[in-house]
Amino acid sequence: MAEINLIDRMICCAAQAWKDDGEVLATGIGVAARLAASVCMASINNDLMMTDSEAWLVSEPVPLGARKGYEPQRETWMGFSRIFDNVWGGKRHAMVGPTQIDRFGQANISMIGADYARPKSMMLGVRGFPGNSINHANSFFVPNHSPKVMVAGEVDMVASAGYNPARLEQGWSLEDIDIRYVVTNLCLMDFGGPQHQARLLSLHPGVSLEQVQQATGFAMHVPEQVQQTPDPTDAQLALLARLDPHNLRATVLGAGA
Amino acid sequence: MANKQMSAAAVVAQIKDGMTIGIGGWGPRRKPMALVREILRSPLKDLTVVSYGGADVGMLCAAGKVKKLVFAFVSLDFIPLEPYFRAARQSGAIEIMEIDEGLFLLGLKAAGMRIPFIPTRVGLGTDVLKRNPDIRLVSSPYDGKQWVAMPALPLDVALLHVDRADVRGVCQIKGPDMYMDDLFARASRNTFVSCDELVESSYFAQGDEARYVFWERSQTTGVVHLPCGAHPSSCAPLYGFDVAHFKEYAASAKEADGWQQYTNRYVQCAESEYLERVGGAEAVRKLPLPVY
Repeated sequence: MAEINLIDRMICCAAQAWKDDGEVLATGIGVAARLAASVCMASINNDLMMTDSEAWLVSEPVPLGARKGYEPQRETWMGFSRIFDNVWGGKRHAMVGPTQIDRFGQANISMIGADYARPKSMMLGVRGFPGNSINHANSFFVPNHSPKVMVAGEVDMVASAGYNPARLEQGWSLEDIDIRYVVTNLCLMDFGGPQHQARLLSLHPGVSLEQVQQATGFAMHVPEQVQQTPDPTDAQLALLARLDPHNLRATVLGAGA
Repeated sequence: MANKQMSAAAVVAQIKDGMTIGIGGWGPRRKPMALVREILRSPLKDLTVVSYGGADVGMLCAAGKVKKLVFAFVSLDFIPLEPYFRAARQSGAIEIMEIDEGLFLLGLKAAGMRIPFIPTRVGLGTDVLKRNPDIRLVSSPYDGKQWVAMPALPLDVALLHVDRADVRGVCQIKGPDMYMDDLFARASRNTFVSCDELVESSYFAQGDEARYVFWERSQTTGVVHLPCGAHPSSCAPLYGFDVAHFKEYAASAKEADGWQQYTNRYVQCAESEYLERVGGAEAVRKLPLPVY
């Protein structure tokens, strides 16, 4: 059997994120997260809903890239204003790729640097992260697990709310936050440790615990049993090839990965 | 019967220094770029710009027109980071109000409904509250919780681009998404709309054409006939965004006098010359629609 590509392993691992979600909008931002949601909808949880990444809800995931005659199977209109209607109702689970994540699960795509008035590096802005984080389930996809991404201290701009008791307003609890999984190029994590501490769930083959700890800027809960991330099945790999006919996922981990 | 047709110059003449300008569209999609270029040609300054930002924001920043920006993101999609916006942010050249995309929607909605705020959970637990001390929390009269009171975002002027319009201000968007353009039209004291095609009012009576009209003409102050007026952004289904032009624009930001060069070629000219310089209307109409 051919060796399994790391990116394929990560995507198929990430595809499990929506397994028990029932009928929610699965949104994967970026090539890998979109493929993960697509694999899940096509094989693991057929009740999921997904868009064509433009303005329509589709009844089956749309393959990435040039369509060669494929017609998206439209189900209903889903322009941006209606996405917010869905978000605010809570029936969504998004998987996004933050620039920074901290020990609370707070995440940032806005800007990097200590001075908000003059960012060292301006990124996108907070986009829809604040609304996502307080309304529905969220998972993260991290192609480059390192202390630059998994930071010590808090993220430079908290765009996505996390399990941070200091930021709770009157009447709200940490249970109003729902962070599910963090899929990285080294491991699978969640925030299911004591007091929502980050917790290691599985290591990808060939990755050591020490390696993950060195790449993470905060302490993690390590259970006694840490599994190895399972191999994708042949059926999943075939599905992935069909959903990504132009192999756009090959570039997700950068050149040489 | 009102005839609202006017020129781009007449629109800009209605805008004063220090005004709050809302710009419709989303990132590189259906931006009123010809109207933005007309602002770039004018001496206008100290604008507060409210936009789901793309090159509209980048260009206005590069030209020093922006005092304050209200935004959730600024991006060209396939070029994720807008270079001139980044430069303005990183040099501290502009004041900002950075908010969530949905908060932005609620702010426009509140302005259109003539109410001071809309309560929401969006923003809780994030630095959006810390960085915007003007966004307050309110206690609900119905539960024991505090909620974010997203303030109204009233606009002096909204600038939009649509597929087609008549001179009475009936505006049609045939693309798959009207984005928040309807909310911009309602949030603003005056809304000026550029259109690719100017049509007779009878056009809208045909088939289901009227289904693609998303606000009443009472929300439209003026109509400007500007074919390809969204270029280099897209106006689906008429044309996609101009990838090559956006690449040239983004590359210009890497040169010391890049903005000056871009402006000399693409702004300091009549709109008809602009269209010639980007290949002509026929070429623009052939720009492929993006596949997401």
